[in-house]
Amino acid sequence: MNKFTSLLIALSCSVSAAFAQSNDLMDMLDKDGSKPKKKEEVTATFKATRIINGSSVQNLAAGVLDFRISHRFGRLDQGLENFLGLDNATTKIGLDYGVTDWLMIGLAHSAYNKENEGFMKVRLLKQKKQGTPITLTYFGSTSIQTMTAPTLAAGQEWYFTNRMYFSNQLLVARKLNDNISLQLMPTLIHYNLVDSTKFSNNTFAVGVGGRIKLSKRLALTGEYFYRLNNTDLLFNGQRTYNALALGLDIETGGHVFQLLFSNSPGMTERTFVGQTTDTWEKGAIHFGFNVSRVFTVVKPKEFRKSAEKKEW
Amino acid sequence: MKKFIIALSILTIGANTGFAQKVMTRTAKISFTATAASSPEKIDAINNEVANIVDTKTGDLVFQVLVKSFKFERALMQEHFNENYMESDKFPKAEFKGAIANMADVNFTKDGTYNAKVGGKLTIHGVTNDVSVPGTITVKGNSYTLKAKFPVTLADYKIAIPGVVADKINKVATITLESNLTQK
Repeated sequence: MNKFTSLLIALSCSVSAAFAQSNDLMDMLDKDGSKPKKKEEVTATFKATRIINGSSVQNLAAGVLDFRISHRFGRLDQGLENFLGLDNATTKIGLDYGVTDWLMIGLAHSAYNKENEGFMKVRLLKQKKQGTPITLTYFGSTSIQTMTAPTLAAGQEWYFTNRMYFSNQLLVARKLNDNISLQLMPTLIHYNLVDSTKFSNNTFAVGVGGRIKLSKRLALTGEYFYRLNNTDLLFNGQRTYNALALGLDIETGGHVFQLLFSNSPGMTERTFVGQTTDTWEKGAIHFGFNVSRVFTVVKPKEFRKSAEKKEW
Repeated sequence: MKKFIIALSILTIGANTGFAQKVMTRTAKISFTATAASSPEKIDAINNEVANIVDTKTGDLVFQVLVKSFKFERALMQEHFNENYMESDKFPKAEFKGAIANMADVNFTKDGTYNAKVGGKLTIHGVTNDVSVPGTITVKGNSYTLKAKFPVTLADYKIAIPGVVADKINKVATITLESNLTQK
């Protein structure tokens, strides 16, 4: 039987070779075993490194620097006399950098609460075609508020650590098809200082986010963070709400513009997840935008030598 | 017995390729430039993972390219190339199937550089067009080098350029190809 099989294989090989035409050459390429079978990675799950306020699983490529400016205007319900809130704005400026394709770091300053933030985003798993079903990324940030210390009663001490906040997130995303991507975000924010001892220093939340592409260069985005505890948390004496944001991604050559509506004036995890003091119900929402401009700082290895020198 | 089968199949395959004079590589290079004269940034890409088979007896040849293997200097440009222009998820491969039209002028058994005319079907972005490409074939012992440089009009392959970047992307891309093949 074995002999017969091998004979058959040998026979079919010689037959196919004898009648080889260019179509068969193509088949030969397709069937050739010397080609390393690498599962293709799914790319461009989101257009930008942020869905709206929160991070997406999208990392900057190695050697790419991203200069980001974000604005959140005042509340729409401030009325026409305040130009629907556009008279007031808070700004966040930041620099992000792709150290490797899987590690991205960044520094930012946010005018809201005078916050300085450092973060890292580490990709642990990458979605592949007929392979890994999801992209899994860890996001961690530390932020320090630089407001002047409050005047405290005698005998009370103000610690530097009171200014610190820590955010930890797992970003679990799947690009369902060319147009729709979804992301789940278990989140833990640690507040070194909360308004009262009756609140936990840890706020646990689950975020969901996603995008729907309207065209090649336009996408609708949305993001919602549902708090599992600390829902009655007060921030500077004000009631807090879950954060909901809706946005539109507009992509041009080297820029991505994100236009958005959000009930959070804050742009850092600790503010929008746990300390959002405005609510959609009362129209207390903020118009805003994120602008990103990328620069290639370290070229990919194929381009490091002067391209002109290459003969071919 | 198993060893015998393996030996036999290796032998037959070896004999077949020997008989058919097919040479193959998976590291041929294709680069292109689509930089418009007024563009401040270069729109160039390189692909070093091109597959190529040449039948030195019949002159038939094929090229196959994974579009996602094109490397750009700017990562964002590479993403846009795949997402917006080539739609690489829908059309992962670009292919050329053709033959050397003037086989009489090309001698694969004698060292030298020959001018070759290659005609065939070029498939990019899911669109197939008949093309005729001039190139050179250099024979040195049992190694062959294929070189070609030719223009590709993007509109012929339904690759749309939006108005915003019309001043940056040339309507015609210049493709440069080099394939080094060795007869084993």
